[in-house]
Amino acid sequence: MDHISWLASIKVSEEEKAAFVASFNSVLDYFHQLDELATDDVEPTYRVVDLTNVFREDVAKESLSQEESLRNASRTENGYFKSPRIV
Amino acid sequence: MIRELQEGLFAGGSAEEMINSLFEKIRRSRLNAYNHIAEDQALERAREFDRAPWEGRLAGVPIAIKSSISTKGIETNCSSRILSGYIPPYDAHVIERLKEEGAIIIGKTNMDEFAMGTSTETSYFGPTKNPWDLDRVPGGSSGGSAAAVAAGEAPASLGSDTGGSIRCPASFCGIVGLKPTYGLVSRYGLVSYANSLEQIGPLTANVEDAALMMEAISGHDPRDSTSVKSEGGYLSGLYGGVEGLTFGVPEEYFGEGVDPLVEEAVWDAISKLEELGASWKMVSLPHTKYALAAYYIIAMSEASSNLARFDGLRYGLRLGADQDWHTTFSEIRAAGFGPEVKRRVLLGTYALSAGYYGRYYLKALKVRTLIKQDFERALSAGGADLLVTPTMPFPAFKIGERIEDPLSLYMADVFTVPINLAGVPAISVPCGFADGLPIGLQIIGRHFDEAAVLRAAEAYEDATPYHEAVPKEVI
Amino acid sequence: MAGGDVIIGLEVHVQLNRLHSKLFCGCSTDYHASDPNTHTCPVCLGLPGTLPVVNRRAVEYAIRVALALNCQIQGETLFYRKNYYYPDLPKAFQITQYDFPLGLGGSILIKGEDGEEKKIRITRVHMEEDPGRLVHAGTIDRAKYSMVDYNRCGMSLLEVVTEPDLRSPKEARSFLDKLRNILEYLDVFDGGLEGAMRIDSNISLVGGERAEVKNISSHKGVEKALAYEITRQRSARRRGVAQVQETRHYDELRAITVSIRTKEEAHDYRYFPEPDLVPMRIADWVPKVEAELPELPDAKRERFVAEYGIADDHARSLTSEIRVANFYEVVAKRAPPRLAAAWIADVLKGELNYRDITIDKFSPDHMVEILSMLEGGKITEKGAVEVIRTILDHSGDPSEVTPARVVEAKGLVRAGDDAVKAAVRAAVEESAQAVADYRAGNEKAINFIVGVVMKKTRGRADPGEANRLVKETLDEI
Repeated sequence: MDHISWLASIKVSEEEKAAFVASFNSVLDYFHQLDELATDDVEPTYRVVDLTNVFREDVAKESLSQEESLRNASRTENGYFKSPRIV
Repeated sequence: MIRELQEGLFAGGSAEEMINSLFEKIRRSRLNAYNHIAEDQALERAREFDRAPWEGRLAGVPIAIKSSISTKGIETNCSSRILSGYIPPYDAHVIERLKEEGAIIIGKTNMDEFAMGTSTETSYFGPTKNPWDLDRVPGGSSGGSAAAVAAGEAPASLGSDTGGSIRCPASFCGIVGLKPTYGLVSRYGLVSYANSLEQIGPLTANVEDAALMMEAISGHDPRDSTSVKSEGGYLSGLYGGVEGLTFGVPEEYFGEGVDPLVEEAVWDAISKLEELGASWKMVSLPHTKYALAAYYIIAMSEASSNLARFDGLRYGLRLGADQDWHTTFSEIRAAGFGPEVKRRVLLGTYALSAGYYGRYYLKALKVRTLIKQDFERALSAGGADLLVTPTMPFPAFKIGERIEDPLSLYMADVFTVPINLAGVPAISVPCGFADGLPIGLQIIGRHFDEAAVLRAAEAYEDATPYHEAVPKEVI
Repeated sequence: MAGGDVIIGLEVHVQLNRLHSKLFCGCSTDYHASDPNTHTCPVCLGLPGTLPVVNRRAVEYAIRVALALNCQIQGETLFYRKNYYYPDLPKAFQITQYDFPLGLGGSILIKGEDGEEKKIRITRVHMEEDPGRLVHAGTIDRAKYSMVDYNRCGMSLLEVVTEPDLRSPKEARSFLDKLRNILEYLDVFDGGLEGAMRIDSNISLVGGERAEVKNISSHKGVEKALAYEITRQRSARRRGVAQVQETRHYDELRAITVSIRTKEEAHDYRYFPEPDLVPMRIADWVPKVEAELPELPDAKRERFVAEYGIADDHARSLTSEIRVANFYEVVAKRAPPRLAAAWIADVLKGELNYRDITIDKFSPDHMVEILSMLEGGKITEKGAVEVIRTILDHSGDPSEVTPARVVEAKGLVRAGDDAVKAAVRAAVEESAQAVADYRAGNEKAINFIVGVVMKKTRGRADPGEANRLVKETLDEI
């Protein structure tokens, strides 16, 4: 659980952990139902729409202004988004 | 209903008055169907329309939009704390289309947080109530959209359907809800929950309105690489009737777990279709029971990736002092997401993680193939033209009844998720009542055969009174 | 630095900055001189609800590169999501390629440590999007906060991965120079722009674990970074400290590598195919792209030798940069090719490098003029060098400086034969001591007399000519 919480970048408190693990186990058990099906010869369906080669042309279009780009951010500085320190 | 509304406007009615009275109703409402009312923008547009009415399929029509569909300048928060206050700088494709057809956007409706739910109980802004019984859920995740239409708080609405999120609330609220074929309606602007499963679709008071909305919103969008051209013709073919059509009735959608009153209503509906000139036969979709597991694995996996971007840096929730970035982001997400969203993101992360990808995600995709093939076989040339089933196994349950047990909530989706896995279109229309609570009939079609689905639904609606019933909350 | 114990592999990220728009959206690629966050849109900012759409020309460029690197092009190729968190990655996943990359199994020829031609194998070439750019208030490990600019986010990148075939920092540098050259020949990339080429390197000593060194931001920085790392690893080994598999960050300012991933948690990128994009079937694009490939460096070098009759070394130098090669060919049409080769490869390039400027600052017409004056004996070699330097150093209106004007202004006209002969006679007469020394067997005494001749002709005599005449005169006496 700790590793998953780290991978998903969601802090899980000790109290929550127990509840999550319990519901996980019941849900995962339910998922294991799929083991009943023999699927070795079956192709996976990644998409239900049958398209290939969808492209756009290499033409530059207008961008957002700096103000529009930053508008929803709560912390900015000199035109940059302000991020917590890396380390 | 939209037609009458437009006739009223063109006969001299005032759009401003109409919209004002809608807002009045919404303010007085106990339903909590809306997250946000775009009062200023909508009234401004209404006044402009009154001054100089414009043309368009939806000219002057007020429409409510689910909170996960991006509306420029109007808060789009997916009923989540983490996106509170987020105002998109762009309109979703469907919004552009509605505006091009002259519609007036009146507000954003309540939903399960990030569309994850079947009851609209996971919303950060509290549950929406079912207009037929305020102690019960309206269904989800587009519960606000459905309740608003059922209660007359909007003539029509847009929702999204990943595993039943349009059809379930339509069924529980006694209205019409259509999930289009995957690829028919552009997803550009829909905040993604599960990209390979979801579509935007209409929630309306009757089938004709749904067909009209489809004319407006369907069709190719170059900004969505998975979007496809539309054949159109949803309105023109609407009144063709069901004579000569064969309906398939999948045996797996009846029996254990289905409320007997629901089954009865659906069989009555099948008889009605027969009366109208159609024939029916039993068919089998043998992999139905595996659909839920496959659906949830795929949906949670995609969701875990789609929701990873919510970290507060470019938009959304930011907490107190920052620490190092990983800790900060983790805390923001812990505070900003509700428990169901966290559960699905964590499970999805697990399902995609090293060592488990083959067991869960890849396996689910293979099961998906089997389910899709089930539908293709049943709906093949020699088989049935359309399938008919109950939309939900039971009518609306009480608020709080299932939310503590995630698995029992997931099980409610048993008849709706296979449709998303296969990508086929399906509509829910009201077909009766169980102790005063609406029951929905689901009609499923072949890929891109919306026209047949709508035609069948229209024929059925025309021959039955259920769509005219109005919840007592409204009266 | 080479010691037979070093194993190096490279992962090179090349930005296709000659495209007009980004990989998945229409933002312009011309951001290098712009204010932060002025080349963004809902798509490259990863705003909720946005979707990517692939730039067709980016795929063409990718095929061009993969073909030029001798790769096999995959008939069907697709994009994947690589999921991880970092402030410069707005969607918290990078759209990249994983299984079914665009190109597999290629190679580049370089000159190895031993001077022989060596084949460096290329594992794969694939497409991906660039993340944004982090600016730290201080160094990465000490800054109180960081700032993010997403202008770069969404630019098309090609990742070129080599097998661990390189054996020294010098070979790594050679590889990168050759790669950069090929890319410029293909006109898919301008290597001079900031961020155009970024390198990660895997480096180990034989028998040891490898360190991944990230954040080498130029092909010039590579030699330094790798040299430091090799020294560090060797010294650790001598002290008995084993190398563990780790990631290190190259700090350009301090010229050292710093360990950054100390967490035990391995990055699990949870790759899965990008659901918002559809597969690309490009097998039938290949013949057309192949037919349109320009002449590549090796082929051009061989042609120069054959067509112009120049030395291989000169050809190598001239084809090491497409602009120099084109410059040469323009000049070689109107001037003797061998002379042109020597003067461009040996002299002009040197003067340009010294001033850190590129060849587009010099006019081919001027070179033709200089060569013609040289050939016609109007100026000496020294004079020609002087002309080149003067033109390059001129800071005002370029039309003011032409070789003819410089020659006149600086009095560089080669001294005529009569003048030189007179100067030689006079010099010999005045340098009795030197003459005596020469007669006595001191060959070098001639230089003194030649020096006098040069003084008398104010440097305008051809030194070689003067030397010959002095010798002749002395021998006659």
